[in-house]
Amino acid sequence: MTAEEIYKSLSAKFGEAIVESKLDAPQPFLVLDPKRMKEVSLFLRDDEALQFDFCSCVSGVDYNNGKLGAIYHLASMVHKHKIVLKAFCTRENPHIQSVATVWGGADWHEREAYDLLGIIFDEHPDLRRILLPYDWEGYPLRKDYKVPEFYNGMKVPY
Amino acid sequence: MGLLDQRFENSNVLVTSLEGLLNWARLSSLWQMQFGLACCAIEMMAASASNFDMMRFGVIPRATPRQTDVMIVSGTVTLKMASRIKRLYDQMAEPRYVISMGSCSNCGGPYWEHGYHVLKGVDRVIPVDVYVPGCPPRPEALLEGLMKLQEKVRKESLVKKTA
Repeated sequence: MTAEEIYKSLSAKFGEAIVESKLDAPQPFLVLDPKRMKEVSLFLRDDEALQFDFCSCVSGVDYNNGKLGAIYHLASMVHKHKIVLKAFCTRENPHIQSVATVWGGADWHEREAYDLLGIIFDEHPDLRRILLPYDWEGYPLRKDYKVPEFYNGMKVPY
Repeated sequence: MGLLDQRFENSNVLVTSLEGLLNWARLSSLWQMQFGLACCAIEMMAASASNFDMMRFGVIPRATPRQTDVMIVSGTVTLKMASRIKRLYDQMAEPRYVISMGSCSNCGGPYWEHGYHVLKGVDRVIPVDVYVPGCPPRPEALLEGLMKLQEKVRKESLVKKTA
């Protein structure tokens, strides 16, 4: 299926959940409502014509204007088509609905985005830090992050 | 040794100082802690393998700090790892030595400015005997560092404090 057809079958069913779309991009993407990620994802996975059975990557982004985003790269092993989903939130209210229960592979990726950017994935089964120590404060990949002077008594800056 | 060794001239007796004997034994069997942290560990493994054969210096990898004499910090020390390294060092029996291998563990290396998660030099948590520069150092460089450590051990004294 082309990105156009994927967009049409989604917008017919979910309408307002698809906030924006750019289908002529090198990797066509749809911007979704961060509160309705799960239902759209379940449809993408389970629909016979779509069958997006593989979430190949989840990226977290800080756009440096108060906006954070999670970007999901999906692929279908059966139909050999791809699509990119995006969901945005703000630094003040960084909530996006988790799709970890839809694609198991998204579990670690979402934890990583939480760990480094502080995006809270609602309904995630196990949202803990994954790379940084559990007692770490702050989210280092945010653009407004300040490196702490000390961590557990160890001086951090050079 | 003046007169004593001449008295045993024709028998299998070797006379030396106790210090000399202890230091020789120590420097000839520097057992190494078996762990690696980053890409430097690959070079450390190469140094252990047949081409460079670190074992000819008496360096045997041991998987427990209780049996090791030297800790080769081979790679980037993250802040998360630093407390573990400190604990492993504390668990080693004295006398214990540390070789800091590569730029990362010497001073933070390429992470010196933007590495929020990297300890800028392992000497901030444990004392280091020998620093081996390089990114990563070649096995020859690690062997050179090891021989420098052996020289250091050779000059140790039971009475005098070494640095």
